[in-house]
Amino acid sequence: MSALSATWIPLAYLVASACFILGMKRLSSPKTAPSGNMLAAVGMFIAIVATLLDQEIVRFEGIVAGAVVGAVIGGITAYRVQMTAMPQMVAAFNGFGGGASALVAGAELIRLDLAGTPPDLVVSIPIVLGTVIGAVTLTGSGIAFAKLQELMSGAPTVYPGQQIVNGLLSLGLIALAVTLVLAPEDLRLFWGLLALAGLLGILLVIPIGGADMPVVISLLNSYSGLAACATGFVINNQGLVICGSLVGASGIILTQIMCRAMNRSLANVLFGAFGAAPTAGVSTSATGTVKAGTPDDAAMILDAARSVIIVPGYGLAVAQAQHAVRELGTLLLERGINVRYAIHPVAGRMPGHMNVLLAEADVPYELLVEMEEINSSFPRTDVALVIGANDVTNPDARDNPSSPIYGMPILEVDRATTVMVCKRSMNTGFAGVDNPLYTLPQTMMLFGDAKDTAEKVLRSAKDL
Amino acid sequence: MEASLIMMLTVFVLAMFVGFEVITKVPPTLHTPLMSGSNAISGITIIGALIAAGDGQTSLASILGAVAVALATINVVGGFLVTDRMLKMFKSRRPRDDA
Repeated sequence: MSALSATWIPLAYLVASACFILGMKRLSSPKTAPSGNMLAAVGMFIAIVATLLDQEIVRFEGIVAGAVVGAVIGGITAYRVQMTAMPQMVAAFNGFGGGASALVAGAELIRLDLAGTPPDLVVSIPIVLGTVIGAVTLTGSGIAFAKLQELMSGAPTVYPGQQIVNGLLSLGLIALAVTLVLAPEDLRLFWGLLALAGLLGILLVIPIGGADMPVVISLLNSYSGLAACATGFVINNQGLVICGSLVGASGIILTQIMCRAMNRSLANVLFGAFGAAPTAGVSTSATGTVKAGTPDDAAMILDAARSVIIVPGYGLAVAQAQHAVRELGTLLLERGINVRYAIHPVAGRMPGHMNVLLAEADVPYELLVEMEEINSSFPRTDVALVIGANDVTNPDARDNPSSPIYGMPILEVDRATTVMVCKRSMNTGFAGVDNPLYTLPQTMMLFGDAKDTAEKVLRSAKDL
Repeated sequence: MEASLIMMLTVFVLAMFVGFEVITKVPPTLHTPLMSGSNAISGITIIGALIAAGDGQTSLASILGAVAVALATINVVGGFLVTDRMLKMFKSRRPRDDA
């Protein structure tokens, strides 16, 4: 049995890893993606069964209790969570993954110490890494969750000397980590490290503004993978190392995409406290006049158009306007109008969030077009209908070097023949910057709640 | 021990490369399901949690292990289910005729 399981179990992990890689490969198209997710779940099942068959496992009380609690919480959350709340759910889950990895590293350290065989460097270094990354992920994700769930203010929390405090704490963390590596038999050092890393996770995320949370979630996603990776080194398990690396790589790629979409460096996102101070950059054309239109005007212009691009922003989801907008889009399509949806990478609160929100409202995914692809179409478009989006349509980001958001890639809606903007008021967006789009001669403002306005436009369009 | 460490590092580096290759091919429209799905996969740490919780030697280690099992199970179960729920929402423009 012993020789058998020594071969069988690593083989099972290998099969599981292959399932994960093939599963992620199938995420390359919405058609094959559900089967890919299923395949990854099968891989996880194989890995878990193989582990349970391992004879090292002799007691099952803790396992059963933990698994039941976890399955109930995870299952209920997965079925009940609103699609708008997906970012905070992913943040929380990242945190749990990181926390689990930190605890596994700690449990292994305790086991080795009590067995009288304190770990050597090959094991104690990954124990320390797993603990630190896991604990930072747990508490950092907790703060990200609280900001996204609006349990705490999304505004950056800043105080004088913040960078110095964080810098000193980081140095202290490194010193404690090195001490633990060299003296792994002292468990007090482990608890101290766990607490300090947890504190640092909180302090590192509080100065980051709500609008930057897509970057933070992506980065913490990567950390949760790297923590699993470190744990794989601790218990000498290649399955964990492979999966952890996959997730680590995925998080890094998404982090890069989000940073590029905001034209910010990762360091600037993490330490810049963006949105804390009122931004000084004044728009060049903030003095122009604003033209407001009625839903009837909008319906008439839309009905006469040949091509319409709808630009949804997070405001659309907040107002729950997805369904009304989709109905309007479908009506226009039925009248032979070319309708598409332009998706900015940071349109939602996490990578790809807007796509999920529109998919939930039954917008076919072929109609959703990415920014790079659709920008060349705006000059040949009759109407750009902007709903609940602001900064991602700001022409200043392209034209005004003194604008705080200059250089951020935008959807070039101002090149369309007519621009309609559905907006609650003239308030600025997340970045706190004026948007000269609203005073352009071809722009018509539709003031009001996004859902209410979309429904009114839909009703008058139906009557035409 | 050193030989196995080299082996693990090799696996780590190669898996990173595979990860970058595979993930860059995921279209932006599926980035949210990618995150929740990879989240579920990072729950693989459940393997370590199961071993720690079922070890039966020291009570403190197995308590930490049991808590880790609970956290990792939330990740695995919740992650795969919510990803499935989301992916089922993505519909094509022309659904195949069911009848």
